[in-house]
Amino acid sequence: MSHNNTQDTLVGLFVAAGIASLFFLALQVSNLSSFSHGNTYEVTARFSNSGGLKVKSAVSAAGVKIGSVKAITFDPKTYESVVVMDIDAQYKTLPDDSSASVFTAGLLGEQYVSLDGGGSSDYLKNGSKIEITNSALILEKALGQFLFKSAEEKKSTPDEKKSSGKK
Amino acid sequence: MMDFFRYLGAGTRKSFTKLGRASYFLISILTGIGSVLVRPRLLLKQLHSVGVLSFLIITISGLFVGMVLGLQGFYILSRFGAEETLGVMVAASLVRELGPVVSALLFAGRAGSALTAEIGLMKATEQLSGMEMMAIDPIKRIVSPRFLAGFLSMPLLAALFSAVGIIGGQIVGSGLLGVDDGAYWSQMRANLDFQGDIINGIIKSVVFGFVTSWIALFEGYDAIPTAEGVSRATTRTVVNSAFSILGLDFILTALMFGDN
Repeated sequence: MSHNNTQDTLVGLFVAAGIASLFFLALQVSNLSSFSHGNTYEVTARFSNSGGLKVKSAVSAAGVKIGSVKAITFDPKTYESVVVMDIDAQYKTLPDDSSASVFTAGLLGEQYVSLDGGGSSDYLKNGSKIEITNSALILEKALGQFLFKSAEEKKSTPDEKKSSGKK
Repeated sequence: MMDFFRYLGAGTRKSFTKLGRASYFLISILTGIGSVLVRPRLLLKQLHSVGVLSFLIITISGLFVGMVLGLQGFYILSRFGAEETLGVMVAASLVRELGPVVSALLFAGRAGSALTAEIGLMKATEQLSGMEMMAIDPIKRIVSPRFLAGFLSMPLLAALFSAVGIIGGQIVGSGLLGVDDGAYWSQMRANLDFQGDIINGIIKSVVFGFVTSWIALFEGYDAIPTAEGVSRATTRTVVNSAFSILGLDFILTALMFGDN
């Protein structure tokens, strides 16, 4: 009988280890624990360009993650991108004149929405809209402007160089 | 020339009849599962020999695979200055691919071959026909418990492999190479999805467990009852399991992760 008991114990340990590692994967490795779907409220913001923002991108305030992007759709009337965000219900005291900007984490990192608090005494609630938005910085646009600027500067500099060379 | 076609035709016919026999075999295994659940002692014994005894090889290989991923990932990622994402790389590759696939390959080599040899030898020594003489259904008594044990242990072993591998990657990454410990875990948690990554990995391992146990038991049951036949059947188990695991993995990956 004792043989059967050790077998029971070993199988029990094996099953427990397997289930424990499943829990480890679910809670420690994936984003299951960090975000509960029940206690959130929805906020919408319109951007003229939401860049590389994706569903499940982070929404943060002062660098702390407070929610995630739920949906991104294109509004064919205003040519704007409509970003719906889920914000954790414990952060319910965000002023309703907060501004939303799309930023990039690191030079080539992921893009996220940053909420900067305003001065209003009314708070954002489920279904509110964020009026003040700053679009994503598009690297190609910024580079294009920079190159255009430096080309203009170059046009003016050769004359100065010539004159300085003669002296 | 005609010989070639004759061989081709015979080969096709044989593979079809084998597939048919394997399908009938599977159906009778599945109908036998009910009688296994009534007598859990049989299942427990097989869980011990299939699962518990594979525990060590799975955890040790998982640890080393994770450590190698940590090393290789660090060298590649540090070239781009992205060492912080090491955790994502290790965890995603383990949970999505290496966990289910490598543990299934090890499982086929460690437990599948043992199952085939055991049942093949039972057939060669006429233990199975002896049971039938005593009006005991060998499928219900011998095969179904082993199938259920393999089917149940595979996801647990794959989860164990991934979990141990992630810890191995962390030991190498943040212990030896100096990746920030917090970044390792937080990047992993931010980028791995429960539904998309973990659940899909588990589904994969469930499928692999089903297929490897089926192949191992069928090859044993179908073996030519001689010493040579059993040895060939064992070889076929490992080879066929490896092929089906890798082929199914491609199909499952294309279905699961195709859209992102």
